[in-house]
Amino acid sequence: MSKISVIIQREYISRVRKRSFIIMTILTPLLIVAIVTIPVLIATTSTERERTIAVIEDGSDLFRTVFPEDGATKFEYLENVRLADIKEEFSEAGYYGILHLSPVIATVPSGAQLITKKQPPIGVVDQINRILEQEIERQKLLSYDIENLEQILRSVRTRVSVQTILIDETGVTRESRTEISMALAYIFGFLMYMLVLVFGSQVMRGVIEEKTSRVVEVIVSSVKPVQLMMGKIVGIGMVGVTQFMLWISIIVLFVVVGAQFLNSSGVMESLYESAPSNIMEVAEQARQESEADVAQPAVAPGIASLLRNLLSVDWIGTLALFLFYFLTGYLLYASIFAAIGSAVDNETDTQQFMIPVTIPIMLGLFVMLATLQDPESPLTFWFSMIPLTSPIVMMARVPFGVPGWELALSMVLMVGNFLLFVWLAAKIYRTGILMYGKKSSYRELWRWMRYK
Amino acid sequence: MEHRLLEATRISKRFGSHQALDNVSLSVRRGSVYGLLGPNGAGKTTLIRIVNQITGPDSGEILFNGRRLTLSDTTNVGYLPEERGLYKKMKVGEHLIYLARLKGLTRNEAVKRMKFWFKRLDIGEWHNKKIEELSKGMQQKAQFISTVIHNPSLLIFDEPFSGFDPVNAGIIKGEILRLRDEGATVIFSTHNMSSVEELCSEITLIDKAKTILEGDVGEIRNRWAGDEYELLLEGSPDLDDNNIFSITSKKRENGNLRVAMTASDGVTTNDILGTVARSAMIISFNRSLPSMNDIFIRVVESKGNKTANTAQRDE
Repeated sequence: MSKISVIIQREYISRVRKRSFIIMTILTPLLIVAIVTIPVLIATTSTERERTIAVIEDGSDLFRTVFPEDGATKFEYLENVRLADIKEEFSEAGYYGILHLSPVIATVPSGAQLITKKQPPIGVVDQINRILEQEIERQKLLSYDIENLEQILRSVRTRVSVQTILIDETGVTRESRTEISMALAYIFGFLMYMLVLVFGSQVMRGVIEEKTSRVVEVIVSSVKPVQLMMGKIVGIGMVGVTQFMLWISIIVLFVVVGAQFLNSSGVMESLYESAPSNIMEVAEQARQESEADVAQPAVAPGIASLLRNLLSVDWIGTLALFLFYFLTGYLLYASIFAAIGSAVDNETDTQQFMIPVTIPIMLGLFVMLATLQDPESPLTFWFSMIPLTSPIVMMARVPFGVPGWELALSMVLMVGNFLLFVWLAAKIYRTGILMYGKKSSYRELWRWMRYK
Repeated sequence: MEHRLLEATRISKRFGSHQALDNVSLSVRRGSVYGLLGPNGAGKTTLIRIVNQITGPDSGEILFNGRRLTLSDTTNVGYLPEERGLYKKMKVGEHLIYLARLKGLTRNEAVKRMKFWFKRLDIGEWHNKKIEELSKGMQQKAQFISTVIHNPSLLIFDEPFSGFDPVNAGIIKGEILRLRDEGATVIFSTHNMSSVEELCSEITLIDKAKTILEGDVGEIRNRWAGDEYELLLEGSPDLDDNNIFSITSKKRENGNLRVAMTASDGVTTNDILGTVARSAMIISFNRSLPSMNDIFIRVVESKGNKTANTAQRDE
């Protein structure tokens, strides 16, 4: 068996056997599933904090019936109460806040005040604004004395939801949802960033460990330094791939089991009809409820449509691309990390050399976020070509669709560059691992690169 | 069979502006213990690394077994570096098998050889312990096994006894000599000159990247012997300085007298013996040989190292 495979084996097995690896493997998918499901669960079990807001009107009772008396935020209309009467002790009386409406509200936007002890959530303020606006609008319309007003309003009310259809070169169309593409782009880009950083820095720590424990001199008397470096990089890379594959399997298992369970209990449909998963949907729902008497039945973003969209994603192709960019991106960064590790005596000395790693990786992250807004911008294009940033940025582009030639060019650049980086890193590495007690500098590294 | 196991000729190595080795040659007889000496920073480690093919020389040639040294020869070399260590989190058994496999042994061979050494050094019960759980001396023993486990024909030890108590140092010394007797060749680098006298048959002394002294240990000590003599005289004779010699020390020893003296210029041993014999009964008479320690200090401290070098060239 060749020596490098002996090294790969050690690096791989010693890490996979660690307790932390097993814990991370199980915990991460649980965490992802939790992030997705917990908001839904919270919304359905309505463990959300209940608030009751007192509504006081000065000199009229125009808004007596418009505020809902149930829901997460309840309103209680207090008649014949003046603001000064309860301003002092409203929280003792069990109110979250006081909504004070003055008669000028129809003409002056600031005619309403919400008085609370704590900063109120934006959703509550939005809800109040909306209710007031609608009611004032309705009353203004009423004042024109139009016949059949209710009917007219109902027939005027329109709802549009643009459906986006993607069409490829062969004319095949598929339904798409920008939100889903954005979510996937974000997840892929961020995951790439995490994985490259986590496993890359493991390589660095491994090299430093070998150097400080001085075991390195014994090993390089048996194998070439570059073999040791590549063995370590490949071994840890395989740990990364293993972990990624396990995550995918666990998540798929969760989804399948979860879907089974939800289907059989019929929870799924009701979940999506009634359960808002975030504050925006709360607002959306509130709006729909308040219109219920006038609008046609709302078209909820049903689970069926969501699933259809999720399934229309080319998962195999996307995951294959992810794997490619992870491997090449990891190899590229890991070789930089290995070179850094070889140049220092301990982990605290690494700071001065981290710039070549952190700058491109942060740039990649920022451009990835910009990509979510505009996947077609020149900025995004260039950064998905530059090898140091392309793993993150390109993975954020993939869910939106990338022309074949751009993908191919980016991949070729990636392969060419990781070979270049591995070669340069190996030159620094073989000198660095045998240097002790010397503060190294960039100039020093440059000299090492040119040693014969 | 080739007489020389290792022949390094005119090795030079430069790191940037620092000349680490300047035309250093080394010729190691098969089955011998060869001392590689020199003060710190002289270039010993660089030379050892070049022999181990950890780094390459800028110029010069190395023959191993009469052939040019190649990468496959690393399996025939065992190296115990001065600055040594093992993976702290690895178990002793796994670690030794790992290093043995890197030296080209199969897993089964490695296990067999490891068991042999565990038994030999009586440390079998450590097999499942992590390196970090061992004491310093135990770690050194494990490291020693890792150096010899693959039965190399060339063993390179850099300060092998550091970190050992005298008992274990003795055990390791015995093992090194046994390996030599079984045919291994040893290159031994140390600052401990008494162990050089004890173990090495030949040495090379490097200082400031250059060879300043080399050859057979006995021959070197004779060459560096000055005008000092040592006599053992019967009883307690009266002996004083004269124009032939001056006495540097007198010491009673089991009813006899041990006398150390320095002869005057141009005096022969016969002159000394004749003079002493007139007043005392001579039991023994030696030219006192300088210790390697003295020679080391004198050679390295002598201002122009050149003198030592040329003196040696003249031979």
